[in-house]
Amino acid sequence: MNGLFDLPSDLQHSYLGLVGLHLREALIPVLAGLLLALPVAQLCVRLRWLYPPVLGVTTVLYAIPSLAFFVVLIDYTGQTETTVMIPLAVYSLVVFVPAIVDGVRSVPQETLDAATAMGLGPVRRYLQVQLPIAAPAIIAGLRVATVSSISLVSVGMLIGNQGALGNLLYDGMSYGRPRLVWLSVIGTAVLATVVDALLVLLRRILTPWMPRGARRPSAGNRPEPAVTAGKGAAR
Amino acid sequence: MNVLHFVGAFFGDSAHWHGYDGIPTRLLEHLRYSLIALGVAAAVGLPAGLLTGHTGRGGNVLAFIATAARALPSFGLLVLMFILFGFGLVPVMIPLVVLAVPPILVTTYEAMRSVDPSPVDAARGMGMSEARILFQVELPVALPVVLGGLRTAAVQIVSTATIAAYVSLGGLGRYIMDGLYQHDYEKVVGGATLVAALALVTLALFWAAGRLTVSPGVRRRG
Repeated sequence: MNGLFDLPSDLQHSYLGLVGLHLREALIPVLAGLLLALPVAQLCVRLRWLYPPVLGVTTVLYAIPSLAFFVVLIDYTGQTETTVMIPLAVYSLVVFVPAIVDGVRSVPQETLDAATAMGLGPVRRYLQVQLPIAAPAIIAGLRVATVSSISLVSVGMLIGNQGALGNLLYDGMSYGRPRLVWLSVIGTAVLATVVDALLVLLRRILTPWMPRGARRPSAGNRPEPAVTAGKGAAR
Repeated sequence: MNVLHFVGAFFGDSAHWHGYDGIPTRLLEHLRYSLIALGVAAAVGLPAGLLTGHTGRGGNVLAFIATAARALPSFGLLVLMFILFGFGLVPVMIPLVVLAVPPILVTTYEAMRSVDPSPVDAARGMGMSEARILFQVELPVALPVVLGGLRTAAVQIVSTATIAAYVSLGGLGRYIMDGLYQHDYEKVVGGATLVAALALVTLALFWAAGRLTVSPGVRRRG
């Protein structure tokens, strides 16, 4: 217990091992949320009347504190990683749906007409025109969902040490070792910042037409509840 | 035995309605934490967002601060502050304020930036002072979006204030945390229901505030 990154053995992981665990527990739900949100958002774009009720339901889901969500799920999925990942996937979904809907809706009608005139079918038009143009809004949502997911994994500590880096918090408190708490907080923050920076890089690569240093294409520009910058953390 | 059954059992038990662990007490504690946190966050975020949005300067600094604040994990921050400051309200307020400032700051800034520049120029041409331009021209137009940012922050605070229970404070999180350790499912579900209901009431209040304060002309356009 002398080195900076040495951990008590009850954690059963090295520091890097916890980082890997943390990434897995945070990112799989975001991916799942994105995959679920794409068809839901497409439905909302197609059927306009569906969007307000869907927004209502997702807002209610977002209001459930993560801890309560975890504890209620223990009855079904036990004290496992799955129990942590299901709520995170739901929160991600809540962030993605408005981001994608707004992004896809912001594609100008002329662009769509041009694509149709060029002979693109609905599927290719969606994949090759609508999604790429919506990419900045989707990635803005992705950043919010990912950062909040990384932050929320720590709460999993409370349900049988399923919180990856968050598990350090319990050991830090009960063994009276602030070093472990610092390791957890700084580790999580650095992880979130690095992943966020990678996503910004991804947006630059995916949207080469956007001028560098332009105003952030934030989906948080609208009063919709779910996509405002700064979702997150242990709810 | 479904979730609704537990909700019924929780609210039907008269023991949950009075005393220091009664619903009214816990609800008031929760409201108190939430209001203080929202007040502090708004006092920090609103002026900064309005000023940078009005002048158009410092947007990058603001985005940087918001990104950094977002990256901090609330739960970890809570434990860290508890270790540093000990038992009390301060260790709970810090993570809640850190959580709430970014949405208020960024949304206010974006709202002010997205105000149509021509009326602002007209106001300046008419000789209005910068302060009057800010409060009488820009803010009324930006208000719906600014309220949206405050609403996001408020809902997040209400649902995150549950973690106060982890460092021995009260609030509705008490039911969730105690229920977890006592294997009292009824308590957990009851506490979660109360928090979710409070978040919905918050949404409703902001909706009402929007109806009352946003000028009809602005609302029609939105």
